[in-house]
Amino acid sequence: MSCVRVLVGTRKGVFVLTADGQREDWTVTGPLFGGWEAYHVTGSPSNPDRLWAALSMGWFGQQLQRSEDGGRTWAAVGNDFTYAGVPGTHQDFDGTPHPWEFTRVWKLAPSPSDPDTLLAGVQDAALFRSVDGGEHWTEVRGLREHGSGAHWQPGAGGMCLHTICPDPRDDDALLVAISAAGVFRTADGGAGWRAANRGLVSDGIPDPDAEVGHCVHKLARHPDRPDTVYMQKHWDVMRSDDGGDSWYDIGDGLPSDFGFVVDVHAHEPDTVYVVPITSDAEHYPPDGRLRVYRSRSGGGEWEPLTRGLPQQHCYVDVLRDAMAVDRLDDCGIYLGTTGGQVYVSPDAGDSWTPIVRDLPAVLSVEVQTLGAPS
Amino acid sequence: MSRTCTVRVRLPAQLRRLAGVDGEVAVPVAGPPVLLGAVLDALEHRHPQLCGAVRDRPSGRRRPYVRYFACEQDLSHCPAGTALPPAVARGDEPLLVVGAMAGG
Repeated sequence: MSCVRVLVGTRKGVFVLTADGQREDWTVTGPLFGGWEAYHVTGSPSNPDRLWAALSMGWFGQQLQRSEDGGRTWAAVGNDFTYAGVPGTHQDFDGTPHPWEFTRVWKLAPSPSDPDTLLAGVQDAALFRSVDGGEHWTEVRGLREHGSGAHWQPGAGGMCLHTICPDPRDDDALLVAISAAGVFRTADGGAGWRAANRGLVSDGIPDPDAEVGHCVHKLARHPDRPDTVYMQKHWDVMRSDDGGDSWYDIGDGLPSDFGFVVDVHAHEPDTVYVVPITSDAEHYPPDGRLRVYRSRSGGGEWEPLTRGLPQQHCYVDVLRDAMAVDRLDDCGIYLGTTGGQVYVSPDAGDSWTPIVRDLPAVLSVEVQTLGAPS
Repeated sequence: MSRTCTVRVRLPAQLRRLAGVDGEVAVPVAGPPVLLGAVLDALEHRHPQLCGAVRDRPSGRRRPYVRYFACEQDLSHCPAGTALPPAVARGDEPLLVVGAMAGG
């Protein structure tokens, strides 16, 4: 029988939530690494018992931990993310040049086929690759050295590379997203990059349709239709049908098109989910009602999903990595909030139940769909 | 003839967990005199998980929210070549690596 393992990164540690395929009775383990901010916890698709946790803390910096037994035991691996060459400067919040400084890992992207290979997106924005399971890291320097790099500026969360979106057809093809620079695309494993922001319009930058400078919050795509990419931008929910070369708005009908998460149903490439947030200043759901919006037509038409979610006095946020989907036949959707709730919907969003209610603020949620419980 | 001191180092809870130790750690360091930077080098050599957690990797500088205390002295702003108090070199007192009070 299948089971699921939900990996939850929070402001104060890691939690592992497990259940069988019914997703009704949950075992909660944690906190692991109490006190550490866990920006991302994820597993290898080709070796699901190999997990990584990206941990950071203002006092003691970045740590990367790896488990070989599904999260029961962990050991430190490499945390040396030294930029290649002389890193130079990007722009600071006030537009002045600021030296590139490593702060933390935001995102880990294990290879689908090789448990030793994974990518890391970091702050200040850059991409690193490891080919030994995370022991050593080398910068994919072509991205940071894209001609526009000196003009990238931080978003409110820092200047971070937070999204890594591989193309399942081609190991060398990749989209990444940087706040606040936008989307970049490589077709050659990271040697060359081009901006992929055509169609984006952002009022908060001097040239609203500039080639770079957009605060893209999250990308998602379905492996069966990789040319279609969904985007939650700072404001605007967008879609591309050409792998990121151009984008169009699909946010009509949402109560707000500001938000952080976007994800796609495991078996239906046209079914997409977002969580509208009121505004960039009001990081909570409109009207105090936590609603997931689902489109079954790839955007443009949206339905609110509310059953089991709080519909009054709810002022939590759902951060960019805090939604995940499992691969069971009845696709499960998972949602973590800054109020410490992790919700599961075992029926593709129709109904929701809290797995836990009072964790530290949730930064990331990943789910692994596994075979028989070990 | 070179001599070696066994220096006691007391770590904050998060770093003890990271290093997989319960109490103080003891590291061999050339001396006396025992130099602050040499103790930190020895600490990172013995517990490589701590690399980057106490000192910034590229610059080798103390992380901003880490402090070094010994014998009721604040050594945080002392250069790496500073000799630690004789009581630390003798093993009578530990070098304290402390997370600064910044938690609100």
